[in-house]
Amino acid sequence: MPLSPAITDLEQLKDHPALSRLLSSGAIRVAGAKYDRDEMSVYLDRSSIREACVLLRDDPNCPFNFLADVTAVDWYPQEPRFEVIYHLLSMSRKERVRLKVKLAGDDPALESVVSVWPAANFFEREVYDLFGIRFNGHPYLRRILMPENWDGNPLRKDYPVEGYR
Amino acid sequence: MAHLNATLTADPGQDRTMILNMGPQHPSTHGVLRVILEIDGESVVRIMPDIGYLHTGIEKTCEAKFYQQVVPLTDRIDYLCPLTNNLCYCLAVEKLLGLEIPPKAQWMRVMLNELTRINSHLVWLGTHALDLGAMSVFLYCFREREDILRLFEMVSGQRMMTSYFRIGGLALPPPIGFFERVRKFANSFPSKVDEYENLLTGNPIWGLRTKGVARITAEDAMALGASGPTLRGSGVDFDLRRDMPYTGYENFKFKVPVATEGDVFARYLCRVRELRESNAIVQQALDGMPEGPIKADAPKVVLPDREKMKTQMEALIYHFKIITEGFAVPEGEVYQAVESPRGEMGYYVVSDGTAKPYRVHMRSACLANMQTLPQMCEGRLIADVVAAIGSIDIVLGEIDR
Repeated sequence: MPLSPAITDLEQLKDHPALSRLLSSGAIRVAGAKYDRDEMSVYLDRSSIREACVLLRDDPNCPFNFLADVTAVDWYPQEPRFEVIYHLLSMSRKERVRLKVKLAGDDPALESVVSVWPAANFFEREVYDLFGIRFNGHPYLRRILMPENWDGNPLRKDYPVEGYR
Repeated sequence: MAHLNATLTADPGQDRTMILNMGPQHPSTHGVLRVILEIDGESVVRIMPDIGYLHTGIEKTCEAKFYQQVVPLTDRIDYLCPLTNNLCYCLAVEKLLGLEIPPKAQWMRVMLNELTRINSHLVWLGTHALDLGAMSVFLYCFREREDILRLFEMVSGQRMMTSYFRIGGLALPPPIGFFERVRKFANSFPSKVDEYENLLTGNPIWGLRTKGVARITAEDAMALGASGPTLRGSGVDFDLRRDMPYTGYENFKFKVPVATEGDVFARYLCRVRELRESNAIVQQALDGMPEGPIKADAPKVVLPDREKMKTQMEALIYHFKIITEGFAVPEGEVYQAVESPRGEMGYYVVSDGTAKPYRVHMRSACLANMQTLPQMCEGRLIADVVAAIGSIDIVLGEIDR
């Protein structure tokens, strides 16, 4: 299966259930989309992540009822530095979608989706712990893997792989 | 300790309840899970899992390695099903590269993956029963597990940390006599499952200890991100192997066991039935094992055979280049999920076009499954906490990474 180039044109992609739902609502600020290697990514503005999650979860045609994962990527030294990534799964339609939110390095914060999917609780704590990205409205935003008194966020790219910091 | 203090100061007016610390060195927490319990007499008011004692920073380490060097790290995430993790990572990178895997390698992967599932479920069954007071099951389970570990040793040279699946196929061709050994195991295994079931399924003590205990509804389980037998035990009929097939699972016929009660016994039934189904898949794989190469035709990615290296200049060059500078993977990102014995195991791999992964993230099934603990235990007896922890089948290596 040779690789075909990624499709980023919104017009071509608007038939995908998740993207059509987000585009048709009008309230969600979709910053772009990408279809690459049979996977759909939708870029969202950080202000609309929670609403987008509610919309997709309650979609009658293709309910994305399962939050598989929340994680982040640090693109240091590029700006906007962080990408927070949500992987959603629709069990009935067997469809996946990836939501991405870009965050600036000086103020990495966005709204928590724990109220939409309780599953996000530990995932968001992990991102907070390892990347230092804050989730506003999270019920218990504390370090989860590293010790409470740890200095720094290990998965940031300016954090060394070896040796003491 | 900070967690403990937070819990203590949360409700200063209350004097009915007390805080009890369970773990991280408690035998029934299967590793180093620490659970903070707020109890009122014998019943649990609040339960808070505290994890991270086994955090080794594997995700960070992956970013400093070549793509092929990450494979041995994936073994160490979940030491009960190393091959499932190998498979998931390899599939993700193969998807990034756009590699086609030959049929024999795919069938071998399915077969070994199902043996791994049996292996993992046997450890779960033995230790779970041991937690709940059924000592002898442990000895029976580990007898068969030993057979499977010998099979792994035969095919990969290692009992546990196999690293047998490589990007582009398998590390080595299976040795002579391997399939006969697997067939011998697969033929005798159903009768062994009968033995476990004779000891437990109809056993009234086992029933009292597990039926109606640690219940969770399908809606709650799904909202909390549970997957695998933890979700199927609550009546959600979803299995990635059947519903979103990968590595050739669409060629196999198997049932997905589902139970509706949502209690410890339901999850037990799901897993025990899965033992039989997995064994059936192993037998199908043996019957239909295709002939052919075990590695993809991609000399820049897959290491050449040793024999070729002695006779062909190109093979030697490619070998040297792969070992010393790795291979570049086209830019992009992939999320690959497989059905591990514990649920949805996912690898999210981001490539920036170099020979080292820019980011590797593992979606741990146990981490999400563990979020169901408060739902299962709060308001129940403290003795049932052990049953609940056992029934979600946690592996702390995978949770903490």
